[in-house]
Amino acid sequence: MAGPQALDRLSLPARRLYEAPSRLPRLLQGQSIGESTNLSEHLELRGPLPSWGPDAHSRQALIELVDRSGLRGRGGASFPTALKLAAVAGQEGLPIVVANGTEGEPASAKDKVLMARSPHLVLDGAVVAAQAVGAREAVLVCHPAVRGLVDTAIKDRRELRIDAVRLRAVDAAERFVAGEASAVVHWLERGVPTPTRTPPRLAERGLHGRPTLVQNVETLAHLALIARFGANWYRGVGTDSEPGSMLVTVIGALRRPGVYEVAIGTQVSAVIDQAGGTLERPQAILLGGYFGSWAAYDEAAQRPLSRAGLAQLGAGPGAGLIAVLASDVCGLAETARVARYLASESAGQCGPCVFGLPALAGELESLAAGGAFDRTRLERWLGQVDGRGACRHPDGAVRMVRSALAVFTAELERHARSGCCSQGGAEILPTPIGAR
Amino acid sequence: MSTRVRLRVDPIACDGRGLCAELLPELISLDDWGFPILCDTEVPSELTKEAREVVKLCPKLALWLEQVSKA
Repeated sequence: MAGPQALDRLSLPARRLYEAPSRLPRLLQGQSIGESTNLSEHLELRGPLPSWGPDAHSRQALIELVDRSGLRGRGGASFPTALKLAAVAGQEGLPIVVANGTEGEPASAKDKVLMARSPHLVLDGAVVAAQAVGAREAVLVCHPAVRGLVDTAIKDRRELRIDAVRLRAVDAAERFVAGEASAVVHWLERGVPTPTRTPPRLAERGLHGRPTLVQNVETLAHLALIARFGANWYRGVGTDSEPGSMLVTVIGALRRPGVYEVAIGTQVSAVIDQAGGTLERPQAILLGGYFGSWAAYDEAAQRPLSRAGLAQLGAGPGAGLIAVLASDVCGLAETARVARYLASESAGQCGPCVFGLPALAGELESLAAGGAFDRTRLERWLGQVDGRGACRHPDGAVRMVRSALAVFTAELERHARSGCCSQGGAEILPTPIGAR
Repeated sequence: MSTRVRLRVDPIACDGRGLCAELLPELISLDDWGFPILCDTEVPSELTKEAREVVKLCPKLALWLEQVSKA
């Protein structure tokens, strides 16, 4: 399908949206902050959702459409969505779709904002995904803060009987690892929000033994627009290899921290300008999230916000977090605090994570406080923790710490000579329960 | 014809008893906290028998042998 099935049947706003594929926002369109789009507003803004038949040929056509769009997952791993759909669609047995709005990362808000402001776009996406894999049911796992809005949205859709797929919402578990795909399934199945071992892969045997598609809610929202307006429309912004727009959570030393929608490949400095520009002299940025990488501000600001654009810095857009660190805040102290938080948020299942992360955090705290610090031992521990869990939690922590050691070299020297360099600036990275 | 295999551990099941590293130090070492670091390469044919033994003896049944895909 190249575009909406009947252009003349679209409302004026939906037609404008279709005819201006380079205009943003796409996902957070049509309402002011704090307001939610109801079903009739949603349909007026974006037009009706096309539907695909349950036969294998229709499913294949839909997956090919997603493939042409170049859509990748927005939960952090950037996996090509069409491949994930195809992996589930190709299984024996009745599949199920899980829309993942857990967003366990405390600094990130983009999924909550999306579900609060455009709940129907996410639900549309879950319906499209279900059609692509041949599922009859989709479960939306959402943060308790937006659960009420989502329930209302589902109720409104049921009354109008617009969906061929059964939708329901469930509260997400509120902890960092709870958003990992196998942890979401574990949570739904047994009420335990911890990752499980692979194999089996979720696509083969997931929720209640069924082939399971776990897809981030922002990914689904993009999918809902691709279903309406086609692959070329989706490619109207972004880069050739990484098309589309993305939601970013921008926090730290900025005038207007918040959630923004930008074209993939936008220069990082332009994203920061959207957030009102920096407040104090910035020294570094944490890109991607708590599993992401620190980068020197001046270097990162010049780069495009994309996988290709940030790869040279050893970083990536991840789940869309950009945290700006002012020069009066000690990057090592921030890193130690986040490392301690990540240690406290370990699911507690795998030895190297259970023992390794607290060991790393302790060493970093000592370093941050200007105490004794053994670099060789820290490097050995980083190597011994990396890649040794059932999920990527330990790997993400290692990545973040390694990037800090590479970026905050001046602080490292100062700490070794004369204790902590902090001038008492405000902490930027929230660590809600990690302070225990 | 011998099957090509690789040692794998389920890190959730593993309790760090360390028996495996004692029995098969050629392929298994321990990290600073006593959890096994497995040699990532194929198990050499002269150690296949020992590797099978180690899989059987793990008190947590956390080890297994994975077929190495030919490629």
